[in-house]
Amino acid sequence: MTSIPSNHMERRKMARAATVMAVLVILIGTAFIISMNTGHVKLTPVEVWNTFWGNGTDRQELILFDFRLPRIVLSILVGAGLAVSGCILQGISRNALAEPGILGINAGAGLAVVLYISFFSMNTAAPVFFLPVFALIGAGLTAALIYILSYSRQRGLSPTRLLVVGIAVAAGISSAMLVLTIRLDPMQYQFVSLWLAGSIWGSNWNFVLALLPWLLVLLPLVFLKARVLNVMALGEHTASGLGAHVERQRLILLAMAVGLAGSSVAVGGGIAFVGLIGPHLARRIVGHQHQYALPVSALMGALLLITADTLARSILQPAEIPTGIVTAIIGAPYFLFLLAKSKS
Amino acid sequence: MNNNRAFANEAGPQLKTRPMAAVAILAGGLIVLALGIAGSISVGAADISLSTVWEAIFHFDANVNQHQIIQELRLPRALSGALVGASFAAAGAIMQGMTRNPLADSGLLGLNAGAGLALALCFAIVPSLPFSSLMLYSFLGAAVGAGMVFGIGSMARGGLTPVRLTIAGAAVSALLIALAEGVALYFRIGQDLAFWYAGGLAGTQWLQVKMTFPWIAGGLAAAIILSRSVTLLSLGEEVATGLGQRTTAVKIACMLVVLVLAGAAVSTAGPIAFIGLIIPHVARMFVGVDYRWIIPCSAVLGALLMVFADIAARMINPPYETPIGALIALIGVPFFLYLAQKEKRVFS
Repeated sequence: MTSIPSNHMERRKMARAATVMAVLVILIGTAFIISMNTGHVKLTPVEVWNTFWGNGTDRQELILFDFRLPRIVLSILVGAGLAVSGCILQGISRNALAEPGILGINAGAGLAVVLYISFFSMNTAAPVFFLPVFALIGAGLTAALIYILSYSRQRGLSPTRLLVVGIAVAAGISSAMLVLTIRLDPMQYQFVSLWLAGSIWGSNWNFVLALLPWLLVLLPLVFLKARVLNVMALGEHTASGLGAHVERQRLILLAMAVGLAGSSVAVGGGIAFVGLIGPHLARRIVGHQHQYALPVSALMGALLLITADTLARSILQPAEIPTGIVTAIIGAPYFLFLLAKSKS
Repeated sequence: MNNNRAFANEAGPQLKTRPMAAVAILAGGLIVLALGIAGSISVGAADISLSTVWEAIFHFDANVNQHQIIQELRLPRALSGALVGASFAAAGAIMQGMTRNPLADSGLLGLNAGAGLALALCFAIVPSLPFSSLMLYSFLGAAVGAGMVFGIGSMARGGLTPVRLTIAGAAVSALLIALAEGVALYFRIGQDLAFWYAGGLAGTQWLQVKMTFPWIAGGLAAAIILSRSVTLLSLGEEVATGLGQRTTAVKIACMLVVLVLAGAAVSTAGPIAFIGLIIPHVARMFVGVDYRWIIPCSAVLGALLMVFADIAARMINPPYETPIGALIALIGVPFFLYLAQKEKRVFS
């Protein structure tokens, strides 16, 4: 879908986006190295390097390959998935505050996962691979409910109604979740509460393998839809005037956003606000054209979550706090700042 | 066109007051409330006949086992249910009138989350804190939550719109709950806190009733004194100023009353949302737009809802208790969605 840059402006934008992406990749690399060195057991960069190429002690290998690496890879993947999901939602709803967390899609995925955990134990490896499937069903049903409730035949999809309905549905789902969690035995409760708080720390390679296929399929598909998103962002009437099948395209994009959010939440837990901040910073830097904003959002989300995860592991050492709490503490003020700046 | 008609439909019947209906609700409500409390006392793990309930209250005999159960467990529980319900509903009514926001509720505007964070900190740092100080900290927490929501909501260009308040409330609550969760996980008090968050009256003792009663009674009395001013505010700030009201002073007084009512209620029964949202709307539907009637009727109806929800919470799945917050959300969420549907002019 890359088109030949038609004029000077376009070429400059592309160059800018390419620079931004390169810088973000370097920053992610840096965060990756710092994150590798952060934790209860200190490893120097040289030790990490040696271990990485198979020259470390058994203990170092265990720490690096079985504990830190899956967690870091997972936070990169989850961050990218959530940020792209948020970018799509903001595009189709034309609401700067849309985000899978505040819209209740994460809560829906969460409810499905809690149901799943209360019926199956988490001891065997197999259930991990079904986790995203369940989360997707939950997220999909919730999104459908919110969409139906906020859609009006005369006015189409109202951006503010979407948010208000999302907040209400999320409130309902969390109280249902509360009923379920109280009945769990303490072991299951521990798992669920950490998971809900957005903890990546129980992660192993199984979680990475459970999430990776979803992202590998969905992300390229979303990038192919960048131009459709550009047209949608112009508004419903303009979009249909330009020949877009608004309703169908919106449903397809919504399904993709739900897929990304659901699978990310299934393994990463209730991580809020990454889907908000990632796309926002991206748009601020490279503008509103989605062929640039989408990939930059993905990288930005990955960078944000890997940073948040590193902070979560290092602030209160030796204790770790769930990453979702860090993102909420950073993200909620940013959300409120955006809200305060917004016009009515 | 459609919009105009909706507005006309709404404005027509609503700009009336119906004192007769209000008096009927107050009188009938209090009678049903007394029956409800009696019912709440008689149902439970051990069913006790109503005549025994009567005896236990008016001719208490310490040697009778059932009298003990009633005096020590059931009676404080039923009474605090009524108090908590009345507080949440009256607080919601004041907030809705004062901010002219049909979606105002202590749960939605960050008060409950703020009180929750304060209590999490108390449980974590000083587990043995007496209930009286817990209650004061919970006032403080509610004030912080409300301050953040209203502060940020009014910073925005275009002012304090209902939608903006609701969204700011959701974000502030997310922040405060995340902090409370962090505290809970760090100090390993998670499931204790979850029980409290679920809301409920299990384990309520006379101590809590005695501690909260003066605050709630004072808060309700102040609410009724302020009710005339709330009616003026609900007509719009310009109208209120034009009629000679010092709006800032009145708003501060209203906010203090709301904080006391919501804080006392949250510290007893946990952060129960939606009572303060639903009940004032129901009251307004029956008695019209005058807050001198809406506030007392809300208090009575809120007490009723809470007492009956508590009975239901115990009956649904005995011997376990269903979290009462979840039960009320079961009614509250659809009601919220209905309001969002109805109040088109607010959301478009």
